[in-house]
Amino acid sequence: MDYKVRVKVNHVNFFYGRVQSLFDIKCDIYDKMVTSIIGPSGCGKSTLLRLINRMNDLIPHTRIEGQILLDGKDIYNPKVDVVEVRQKVGMVFQKPNPFPKSIFDNVAYGLVVNGLTNRSYLSGKVEKSLKDAALWNEVKDRLGKSALTLSGGQQQRLCIARTLAIEPEVILMDEPASALDPTATLKIEELIQKLKEKYTIVIVTHNMQQAARISDYTAFFMLGKLIEYDLTAKIFRNPSKTITEDYVTGRFG
Amino acid sequence: MRKKINQSLGFFFLSLAVTVTIFFLSVLLYFIFSRGFRIISWEFLTAVPRKAMTQGGVAPAIIGTLYLTLGAIIFSLPIGLACAIYLCEYTPKSFVVNIVRISINNLAGVPSVVFGLFGLAVFVKFLNFGVSILSGSLTLGIMVLPSIISAAQEALLAIPQSYREASLALGATKWQTIKKIVIPSALPGIMTGVILSIGRVAGETAPIMFTAATFYKRGYPKSIFDEVMALPYHIYALMTEGVHPAQQKDIAYGCAFILLIIVLVISAVAVIIRGVQRSKYGLQS
Repeated sequence: MDYKVRVKVNHVNFFYGRVQSLFDIKCDIYDKMVTSIIGPSGCGKSTLLRLINRMNDLIPHTRIEGQILLDGKDIYNPKVDVVEVRQKVGMVFQKPNPFPKSIFDNVAYGLVVNGLTNRSYLSGKVEKSLKDAALWNEVKDRLGKSALTLSGGQQQRLCIARTLAIEPEVILMDEPASALDPTATLKIEELIQKLKEKYTIVIVTHNMQQAARISDYTAFFMLGKLIEYDLTAKIFRNPSKTITEDYVTGRFG
Repeated sequence: MRKKINQSLGFFFLSLAVTVTIFFLSVLLYFIFSRGFRIISWEFLTAVPRKAMTQGGVAPAIIGTLYLTLGAIIFSLPIGLACAIYLCEYTPKSFVVNIVRISINNLAGVPSVVFGLFGLAVFVKFLNFGVSILSGSLTLGIMVLPSIISAAQEALLAIPQSYREASLALGATKWQTIKKIVIPSALPGIMTGVILSIGRVAGETAPIMFTAATFYKRGYPKSIFDEVMALPYHIYALMTEGVHPAQQKDIAYGCAFILLIIVLVISAVAVIIRGVQRSKYGLQS
């Protein structure tokens, strides 16, 4: 495989207090691909995702061993500025979490906090991001309205637009459609297909059909261990391990 | 059948409790308003007292109460908010921080007269501010500090962690997150704490008795180092001192009436500000 590696997870162990929740994880995440992480609840898939933009820094008494390299540089190096890491690695959360601000301000937020306050620049950027997130036509007449007036699916696309505005290299998605109805889910999935032309996407999902539909690579986790990581087609049609097959065919989990 | 009786009984006691509360509240308001309203006049609101407190108005006491309340809030709101932010957002949950939190909560239960003595010892004597608006405001401010901190803390804790995470994930610093997301979202809750505090500050007698208030003063305070008349202390003095108890009692009810109105107006303004804040972006909490 000669794809470019965007994120390299290098022998990562992770601990909540004394409890180890990830065991020697090692995998390469390829540029401009959709990589999905599947596995039973509590298997550590969200934990790994949140390590890639250092979100777990917020949880007290946690500790990581090993390296996570973004473009070859370890993001856990003490010299690295965590704010810069998060500008390069955006994140969309499980529950839509727009700020209690206007639609415009939500999308502009990531730019404003980075000192970009020129109004016409912001307007252009907000429009472009909302278009890329397939939300522009629904909200263009009410950018000044509260983001909380949008439906759940629209809110989630707004959260994606907000992330796109800061032009990250990698977008992490933590079960982005699990709180949405099927129509809204479909829209998000279509959007992910479109976004992978420009972005590297890592998505955690509970929904195996979703992983099969949208991702190029799939990682199967169980009990904090990476059981199998391969092309999605291989994982779902011809996995190397019986336990992977048992899981993807719905025999447990 | 038994289940139904239990349910009706439970419901009955709950509604009884509400009825009793509303009954006493309305009696209190009726009592103060009916007795106080009679004596209110333009002169009563705008003139200084005359003839050994039996005539004239209580304007200096109204002004004094406004000064003391304002001073206390100016002092305690920024410090209280800063404390709450520090305790909620910056300190990891640890044994020591828990002790600090519990101590602050306990401080809210300390009798106000104890704060009065503290103010006398520290502000009036030690720092030599004398019996003055400054000493009284600081004493009142310290008295309400714990309730402002607790209210602000609760408001901050009620902000979903997902807001903070979303902001940080967009490359905001912790301080930007607090300033632009957490505080604006928590503002309605913080306002509630401030409203309650204003009511307490305006009405407290004990903390200002030794630190700021005087029974009679000719004219208005000229600086923050002047002693002042204040409504709650004025009521207390009218009922316990002086040589014309009958006339003084009427004036005391008038003062109580004004005090209630002041607290109601301040609260109403704060409630309106809070409502605007909430509806601005459809905040529910």
